[in-house]
Amino acid sequence: MFTNIDTFLPYILGGLSTTVQAFLFGAVLAYSIALVMGLARTSRLAIVRGFATVFVELFRGTSLLVQMFFFAYAFPSLMPFTVSAFVAGGLALGLNYGAYASEVVRGAVLAVPKGQTEAAISLNMSKFQTMRRVILPQAVRLMLPGLGNNAIELLKGTSLVYFISLADMTFNANILRSSNTSLSAQVEIYTYLLLTYFVLALPLVFLTRWLEKRASKGVSTV
Amino acid sequence: MTEVDHAQNDRKVIVRYRDVKKAFGDNVVLNDLNLNVHEGEKVALIGPSGSGKTTIIRMLMTLEEPTEGTIEVDGEMLWHKEVNGKLEPADEKHLRKVRGKIGMVFQQYNLFPHMSIIRNCTEAPIHVLGLSKEEATERAKQMLEKVGLSDKVDMYPSQLSGGQQQRVAIARSLVMQPKVLLFDEVTAALDPELVGEVLEVIKDIAAEGETTMMLITHEMDFARDVADRVLFLDNGLIAEHGTPHDVIENPTSDRLKSFLGRFNSSHA
Repeated sequence: MFTNIDTFLPYILGGLSTTVQAFLFGAVLAYSIALVMGLARTSRLAIVRGFATVFVELFRGTSLLVQMFFFAYAFPSLMPFTVSAFVAGGLALGLNYGAYASEVVRGAVLAVPKGQTEAAISLNMSKFQTMRRVILPQAVRLMLPGLGNNAIELLKGTSLVYFISLADMTFNANILRSSNTSLSAQVEIYTYLLLTYFVLALPLVFLTRWLEKRASKGVSTV
Repeated sequence: MTEVDHAQNDRKVIVRYRDVKKAFGDNVVLNDLNLNVHEGEKVALIGPSGSGKTTIIRMLMTLEEPTEGTIEVDGEMLWHKEVNGKLEPADEKHLRKVRGKIGMVFQQYNLFPHMSIIRNCTEAPIHVLGLSKEEATERAKQMLEKVGLSDKVDMYPSQLSGGQQQRVAIARSLVMQPKVLLFDEVTAALDPELVGEVLEVIKDIAAEGETTMMLITHEMDFARDVADRVLFLDNGLIAEHGTPHDVIENPTSDRLKSFLGRFNSSHA
């Protein structure tokens, strides 16, 4: 057992940069969508709210894997342009996890007491100023645990890009498996893969904790 | 419906409610309000909960829209805008223009918990009034000194007592230099021993005379000291009004007598 670490681990890590890139692409898109759609869902305009609701339910209610297949294989024949497998994977990750995260944003914004908005109105702030200076800074504190959770989910979700032939860590692990069919080799390969994902998730855990601590400034001293 | 005014006051009318009605669904909370408030006047609103007094000031702060009628502030319609001689509902831009003359202090203070005391007091002056950071800080420090909290500028709201938080809230609204300042039961959420310090601050500001004030309060001694005029609200109507001497010392209606009786027993 664990005798092939010298060859297996580097081979798996050969997919590291694809995994990290897919994660970053997905995360930037997901959090942008989360902010826009989360706020849109709290809008007073029914049309904005309706659009956001349909969007969220569509991407939350369908499988991430099927979305990837759709963007990679169905999209090109529906649209006048093609997208690379990487973009297809990143799009599906961003849209899917963004839809989930937008619920975290919406919940947090609604959880800020109504008196805060009323105080902002009494100081004659505009709606935008109220959101940006009063509501969002308080809502972010409430969002952090949920969004941190979301980031870890997204990282693990990147393993699905292997199905659209992107050479990420999972893809490489499966290649190893096909040429090393002994049971002990299988155990070894997937143990390394599990541990690598776990180690990659650690910085996200600590980053979330650090941000939570920072954001609680002035609020948690009660 | 007759207009409730202060006959002896010859200063100009700064707030004018005209046939104002407010209903939430079928529930009418305010009926045909006709009220003039003069510049510099201090008006206390008293009455049982649900009598409509909070609605009166919340409509003026644009937190609640009147179902019918108009409200004028300093000669301008608040909830309406005149377009070719016709009244149209006000848009956000118009609301912001007029409500800049109004300020409000809330029962629950509503300080911004993520900002230091000084930032609570400078955020709106900088971003709404367009003051420089130095000007805003200068003004905020003056006001914090006025409410006796100049040593707390760098603290956060959660580090202060309820009474201190409420004094910050008063300073925060004063920095905006509103023409009309509204107080919505500002001592109701405070521990009894902290009520006095907040009332003292309000009395001091009232004594300066400039700012028009509308105060909802259950503190009858305070209303008597600070108000030029007292309105007793009951069931969405101004049931009795006059000087503190008339209303608090010599109530005529049974409703007002029984309302005041509840306070006398606790003050005896």
